[in-house]
Amino acid sequence: MLAKPAVIEANSLKKDLDGMSNPISRWLSSDVGYSFRNSKTAMVAAFIAFVFIFCALFAKWVAPYNPFDAASLELMDSLLPPAWSADGSTKYLLGTDDQGRDILSALMYGTRISLVVGMASVMLSLVVGVSLGLIAGFRGGWLDAFLMRLCDVMLSFPAILVALLIAGVGRAVFPNADDSLAFGVLIISISLTGWVQYARTVRGTTLVERNKEYVQAARVTGVAPLRIMLRHVLPNVLGPVTVLATIQVASAIITEATLSFLGVGVPPTSPSLGTLIRIGNDFLFSGEWWITIFPGLTLVLIALSVNLLGDWLRDALNPRLR
Amino acid sequence: MLGQDATADQIAALRKDLGLDQPFIVQFGHFLLNAVQGEFGISLRQGAKVSQLIADRFPATLELAVIAAGMALLLGIPMGVYAALKRGTLSSQLLMTFSLLGVSLPTFLIGILLILFFAVLLGWLPSFGRGDVVKIGWWSTGLLTAKGWQHIVLPALTLTVFQLTLIMRLVRAEMLEVLRTDYIKFARARGLSNRAIHFGHALKNTLVPVMTITGLQLGGLIAFAIITETVFQWPGMGLLFIQAVTFADVPVMAAYLCLIALIFVVINLTVDLLYFAVDPRLRVGKAGGH
Repeated sequence: MLAKPAVIEANSLKKDLDGMSNPISRWLSSDVGYSFRNSKTAMVAAFIAFVFIFCALFAKWVAPYNPFDAASLELMDSLLPPAWSADGSTKYLLGTDDQGRDILSALMYGTRISLVVGMASVMLSLVVGVSLGLIAGFRGGWLDAFLMRLCDVMLSFPAILVALLIAGVGRAVFPNADDSLAFGVLIISISLTGWVQYARTVRGTTLVERNKEYVQAARVTGVAPLRIMLRHVLPNVLGPVTVLATIQVASAIITEATLSFLGVGVPPTSPSLGTLIRIGNDFLFSGEWWITIFPGLTLVLIALSVNLLGDWLRDALNPRLR
Repeated sequence: MLGQDATADQIAALRKDLGLDQPFIVQFGHFLLNAVQGEFGISLRQGAKVSQLIADRFPATLELAVIAAGMALLLGIPMGVYAALKRGTLSSQLLMTFSLLGVSLPTFLIGILLILFFAVLLGWLPSFGRGDVVKIGWWSTGLLTAKGWQHIVLPALTLTVFQLTLIMRLVRAEMLEVLRTDYIKFARARGLSNRAIHFGHALKNTLVPVMTITGLQLGGLIAFAIITETVFQWPGMGLLFIQAVTFADVPVMAAYLCLIALIFVVINLTVDLLYFAVDPRLRVGKAGGH
């Protein structure tokens, strides 16, 4: 009788240890994980985002057809409505476009391009913004003043205008750009509007962290400024940056879609969600709504789920709100 | 500009004509000298004077932006006040949900959805162009004809949604903040009517931040007009700019950007001046009263 509690304790301890060895369950038992398990919105949003990311990543295997394979296209099957309407075919779940491409497959490939461009531009603006913000906050002086004025100027112009401008100049400078260069210009034009947010956030937090005791201690022991910045200050300013990056993924995807919709985004050979909406827009008046509505819906669902995740993450990481 | 089978002599003559054979610094000097006089040269694609092209398109964009901004303010402020005063009721929850949707929907998608419902499915409203326009001097207006008004509804609505939701959320947040302050409690203690408290005291004090954001957003309105004009084929400056970007028509791009920068400066100045009109505390401070 007396030995029983000890056994239970040992068992639960073993369970804990097993859990610890698995990164997912370890994450789930952390503070952030706890808040995730208790937020229905976050779980639904994460699920939707996961489905989209999964389909986009494995489009090659998940998609029923390859929309870029001209040999498999059947012109007879062009402009078919979705499967559930009277003229629809079960072969094409979400219908087909004017060239007989399966909308569902085009969506999966398009989402992949949208996600890649969105993620890449967030990465680039994150690296640029965080480094400039760290330098501005840590060094101070004229460099700080200059960088912050630059941020003010960038902020007073709408992001989409700046992105359009850079995309336009990029086109003027490289009139015959090949695809990879066009992608590069696009990613740079989106990230040049995004870095400001990171720079301002990181600078603000750095100004606070700079005067804390651990930084002073590091300085007294003779650690080089660059090392203090990267090893001591940087890890402590990354919390707000994570939240910002999540939300920025959504806005980068929307900016990319808008640019592609306007015809200055990704090259036409690799259509993103914005390009699909642009193409479908021409068929709206003849009643073929599915060509443009499904990509639009995908875009909104991705943006909404990422935004909701970002909101949740902000609350979860901010102890004052708990 | 010369066509595909131009001779080498013709090309050289045109280059000389356009001053492209001169050194870069000289070209840039010419550009600056002309730009301060409002001349941005000739469009590389359309062959017309850029100043003329912009002047033709400017009224369309301004009318669209002003109507959209007016709608956003006239609907957004009352909706924000309502959502703040009736906090927690079903109708204000609905308003907030609607506003979340308005913030997450990209502008061009709102336009497409409006076209789908009101132009394609219901057939109530036209979906592209300006309709009939009346010329008053060099200004062409669509606001004097019934057709013109019909045509402006959908683009203006598209442009409004984002601003509207932003203003509504802002007014709501500011109102909730102000309603908690001591002077509102004091006004209640004095026995003032709800109406006087809400509109005379609370709303007035929310206006300064609302004005700042609205001013900034008005500039954003001109930028978002690029997207709206593309969706609705509205013959404004935005459409001109997008065509210029697609074809790398540098003179048009330069002129448009200079004009936008000018508009931004004017708007910011106006907002700064309006502070004094709205907030008596700033006037007292300036007059050296204390």
